[in-house]
Amino acid sequence: MLNHAWRRLLTAVPTLLVLVTVTFFLMRAAPGGPFDVERVLPPEIEATLAAEFHLDEPLWRQYGRYLVGLARGDLGPSFQYEGFRVSELIAKGAPVSAIVGFSALLLALSAGVGLGAVAAIHRGSAIDRGVMLLALAGLSIPPYVTAPLLILLFALGLAWLPAGGWGTVSSVILPAIALALPQVAAIARLTRGSLADVLAAPYIRTARAKGLPERVIVLRHALKPGLLPVLSYLGPAAAGLMTGSVVVEQIFGIPGIGRYFVQGALNRDYTLVLGVVLFYGAVVIAFNFLVDLAYGALDPRVRPT
Amino acid sequence: MATGHDRRVSGSVAVSCLAALLLWIPAIAATLPTTLRIGNGNEPESLDPQRATGVSAGNVLRDLYEGLTGISPTGELIPAAAESWRLREDGLEITFRLRAGLRWSNGDALTARDFAAGLRRVVDPATASGYARMFGVIAGATAIAEGRQPASMLGVEAPDDQTLVIRLDRPAPQLLALLAHPAASPVHRLDLAAATKPGGRIGNGAYRLQRWVVQSQLELVRNPAYWNDARTTIDRVVYLPTEDLNSELKRYRADELDVTTSVPATQAAWIRANLGAELHVATYLGSYFYGLNVTQAPFKGQPGLRRALSMAIDREVIVNKVLNGLAAPAWSFVPPGTRDYTPQVPAWAAWPRQRQLIEARRLYAAAGYTEARPLEVELRYNTSDDHKRIAVVVAAMWKQALGVRVRLVNEEWKVFLQNRKLRRVTQAFRNTWIADANDAMDFAALLTRDHPRNDSGYDNPAYEQWLAAATSVAQPLARRSALQAAERAMLDDAPIVPIYFYASKHLVKPRVRGWHDNILDWHYSKDLRLNCAPSAPC
Repeated sequence: MLNHAWRRLLTAVPTLLVLVTVTFFLMRAAPGGPFDVERVLPPEIEATLAAEFHLDEPLWRQYGRYLVGLARGDLGPSFQYEGFRVSELIAKGAPVSAIVGFSALLLALSAGVGLGAVAAIHRGSAIDRGVMLLALAGLSIPPYVTAPLLILLFALGLAWLPAGGWGTVSSVILPAIALALPQVAAIARLTRGSLADVLAAPYIRTARAKGLPERVIVLRHALKPGLLPVLSYLGPAAAGLMTGSVVVEQIFGIPGIGRYFVQGALNRDYTLVLGVVLFYGAVVIAFNFLVDLAYGALDPRVRPT
Repeated sequence: MATGHDRRVSGSVAVSCLAALLLWIPAIAATLPTTLRIGNGNEPESLDPQRATGVSAGNVLRDLYEGLTGISPTGELIPAAAESWRLREDGLEITFRLRAGLRWSNGDALTARDFAAGLRRVVDPATASGYARMFGVIAGATAIAEGRQPASMLGVEAPDDQTLVIRLDRPAPQLLALLAHPAASPVHRLDLAAATKPGGRIGNGAYRLQRWVVQSQLELVRNPAYWNDARTTIDRVVYLPTEDLNSELKRYRADELDVTTSVPATQAAWIRANLGAELHVATYLGSYFYGLNVTQAPFKGQPGLRRALSMAIDREVIVNKVLNGLAAPAWSFVPPGTRDYTPQVPAWAAWPRQRQLIEARRLYAAAGYTEARPLEVELRYNTSDDHKRIAVVVAAMWKQALGVRVRLVNEEWKVFLQNRKLRRVTQAFRNTWIADANDAMDFAALLTRDHPRNDSGYDNPAYEQWLAAATSVAQPLARRSALQAAERAMLDDAPIVPIYFYASKHLVKPRVRGWHDNILDWHYSKDLRLNCAPSAPC
């Protein structure tokens, strides 16, 4: 078991290295540079800036410089935000994204599994169809539609929650809901599908024949195997949620790192994009690893011997 | 067995997560009544007064720093850190007299040397300031910016603590206004010596920076060391990043903001109907236009054709239907309201639409295009809904009026910038110019041969001569007529197709007093007051 964990962690290093390399050269292949702006800088100033950020060196040298910095844990200076290190920006933004993402994850899991289970138990009934219709709607309506609607309803209409900003517990609620809704839907559909299959399995019929109460059958015997597909979905989904969403962050004015993905790329903020991609890659790997461990705990068949 | 263990685990996970949630979020006290909350658009990329170029950074920097001169709420030039100044007769030297007892926000004495250091810093190529060239009229500035001289050779001297002398290469009446710009702010010797952490700099404005949480908020508090602190009434100013204009509007409506950075054009009708009294729309120093690449076919050597395209556009429709009235139609380049300038609207702008179309068709035909052999042109714009809407409308107008076949080309921002600069593939393209100073020269210079943003590739000796004449004269009237003659000549050549003038658009809560619209769209927090209702005292 421990061996397995170590092997997984060791393969993460080359994976991240490939990720960094591909991102580095892809970003450089994009036309334009960080200092191409509407108000064109005089050539002498562009040269000063290029020298300051080593952009005047050959590409392989810059790549080497970046890797050396990376080995020391330095993600370099941001091109866009003057005076800020990329690691500093990520360190400030990541907890914010993580709070919103984690709240959304809890919400998505509890609501999604709950709804999916209800639908599976009442398979084929009006309840099932109603829940699945809701799930379909949740999946098809993107956050940039639901978020403004949530603001209209809860911030402007009822005035219960702030319309945006960050700093209070109440400011987490709406963004977390907006972020969670599509995941609720996805998890509900997955749970329903797999739980319905499990509930039709012979061993459940045996349990029923033994006279076990339905509650015990579902919670104790059916839910655990029924949740396995949800679990494998959860790895990437959780990583996505925890690293923020540019749409939700912009609409609610949240200082997370989701926006750095998009803005960094648009601004050709090479170091920022690399930093965020690396961070995201590490989180995806970490969550997939956790999911694997959890899989082993839930399903004895996949436990490595 | 495993289930019981799992439950304990999930229970403790939930508890620790909750604890983490509570720890991560600092409890923030309820907003104080004397706090002004300003929506500020994009997050400032820097708060270094000499380096930051963004509009949002400028808004904050004007509260944190004060130049020798300042701008009044209505946009007039007023004394600021300097109480008076004297222009030598030949116009080549200005002597500033600073106020007595000026202090930095940390209490240190603020002297003329600090202002000289600020100006030296902005032109020094080592600073890499985008504004270095703006101060090119100061003696030695150009040579320093190009690295031919050290920054210490700049023509600024501080004979004593309260006197600053600026020598000029040529008379420049606009310099006084430029000195109100944050780029001309003084710099504290500590900030000069070391690269200070963002937000750690020492200022001399009416406010000082208390806290900067990137992408969350910039919190300013009153600076007690400011010379006119007695007149400041608002204790605390919070700048909030508001990238999404629809969200900003909602936060304004939810009373989380006192001032917005802009308004979404799509909501203009609703805002006018429901928040009409709080909407402030004013002409702004910005021009939105289409550049025509005059170095390549089909526009090379075709001034008639270029004029025809300009005439075929119905600007009123664009402003009223596409921009919902939140802009002003433009037939010329320099915006109305620019200091010492009269807009140079071409005669055809006043013609009835029908006559404009007849003339446009005549010019189009004269350029050799017919219905059977129409002009085919690419209209290039960067990704944005607003640019797209306007491009679609313009393409339709060209098609309808002249039969031009337009291919719309949408490009990602940096790709677009590069193509526009290279002038190889561009034909017609979206362009914008926002001036840094209230001076027609700022616009006029854009179309000179050597300007780095002369994306049209316009090169007209007569135009260059008019601008050279404007540069060499000190007399404002002579300068004005030279600049106006230059624009008339340029519009006749039509290397650009003016479309609209930008407007500054803000929603301002009724409790904010002292707000005036001005063409620079500069609003110092020190000039604002918050009206205190008896029920909610400030």
